[in-house]
Amino acid sequence: MNGNPYLEAFDWLADPVHWSGPSGIPMRALEHLGYTALGVFVAALIAVPIGLLVGHTGVGKGVAVAAAGAARALPTLGLVTLFALMLGIGLSAPLLSFVVLAIPSLLAGAYSAVESADPATVDAARAQGMTEWQILSRVEVPLGMPLLVGGFRGATVQVVATAMLAAYVGNGGLGRYIFLGLGSQDYPQMIAGSVLVIVLALVLDLVLLLTQRLTAPRGARTA
Amino acid sequence: MSWVLANLDVIAGYTGSHLLQALPPILLAFVLSLPLAKLANSRGWLRTSVTTSSGLLYAIPSLPLFVLLPGLLGTGVRSPLNISIALSLYALALMVPAASDGFRSVSRDVLGSATAQGYAPTARFLKVELPLAGPVLLAGVRVVAVSTISLVTVGGVLGVPSLGMLFVDGFRRGILAEITAGVVLTAVLALVTDGLLVLLGRALMPWTRGRTVKRS
Repeated sequence: MNGNPYLEAFDWLADPVHWSGPSGIPMRALEHLGYTALGVFVAALIAVPIGLLVGHTGVGKGVAVAAAGAARALPTLGLVTLFALMLGIGLSAPLLSFVVLAIPSLLAGAYSAVESADPATVDAARAQGMTEWQILSRVEVPLGMPLLVGGFRGATVQVVATAMLAAYVGNGGLGRYIFLGLGSQDYPQMIAGSVLVIVLALVLDLVLLLTQRLTAPRGARTA
Repeated sequence: MSWVLANLDVIAGYTGSHLLQALPPILLAFVLSLPLAKLANSRGWLRTSVTTSSGLLYAIPSLPLFVLLPGLLGTGVRSPLNISIALSLYALALMVPAASDGFRSVSRDVLGSATAQGYAPTARFLKVELPLAGPVLLAGVRVVAVSTISLVTVGGVLGVPSLGMLFVDGFRRGILAEITAGVVLTAVLALVTDGLLVLLGRALMPWTRGRTVKRS
């Protein structure tokens, strides 16, 4: 390498050729966002109802906590390659790994959100004649909303990173640039791809952080 | 299974380099987090900004960080040192907020009593504050250890030797047993380390036996 690879990466990013067509940056970024949204959405369909139920009833809490903890030990690259080999090329293999990896954060966010409500407040709601469903939907969930959004934040961070590894097993997304660069020893392209993924990850994280702050119920801000 | 039995030496080698990349960041993050957390706790605004920036640093996916660092550090993309430095940053991003919470969980009254009893600042820190913050620190180190051991594998796609190589090689050659062995071994390595940390915690903090600590 002769020149400064960071400057060359900047040139790569500034080149209009890389901003159009099916393998251009906007398209790859959209793919990446699409994978992330789909993965978090499917995982939320599974994990949020279970988490809310666990938090509200306290049943199965030990299992949920243990599952969320043990899942942290699972290597993402291992799951991506394992599912790719088992299910073949296509979107189902990476999607399955996104869902598996997003579930623990969402589950933990949902049950800790419900649990965070002050028991005295919940009892007061019950004494007012609220049904269990009303207590959950009108008291516990609104009070715990920042924690629930926190679960989505953790899951999104996880899936954005995993979606990049999906490019390794033949899918699209911004990870493509890193692996193309790796294959052709094109370090500037790898840097450019890395910068794009980092920007995407940080923007998503900031949006969710802001949502987390905005959804905190007024007068009941918890640390 | 036959693949595993035929390649025990390869697996052992990868496990060794895996641990060599994972353990120093865990240790380093723990040691560095103590002064950094004390410093962060000394000012409200500093604590807030440390917590926020740690959260953002943790949002950066590991592979891009592995790619960006070599040019700055003068290491190569395939250097294990590069992986360890990136993992140290992640470990710090998790550990500093945890240590900050840990020190905040120690009652000011207790610290005041210790001073009144004649503890000098250093002795007070080592004999009163650190042990009382211990359970929360332990909870933090456990999270750091498990996530670091799991993250090392990502270096496999860059060709850095670790159990992650079993995923890369297994995928390339279509050997399901090789990938499965890698997933199981990584998880086992993480969970065994976690178990050892729990035992270490019990030995160092006998008063916490039978209690679990949750970080708010």
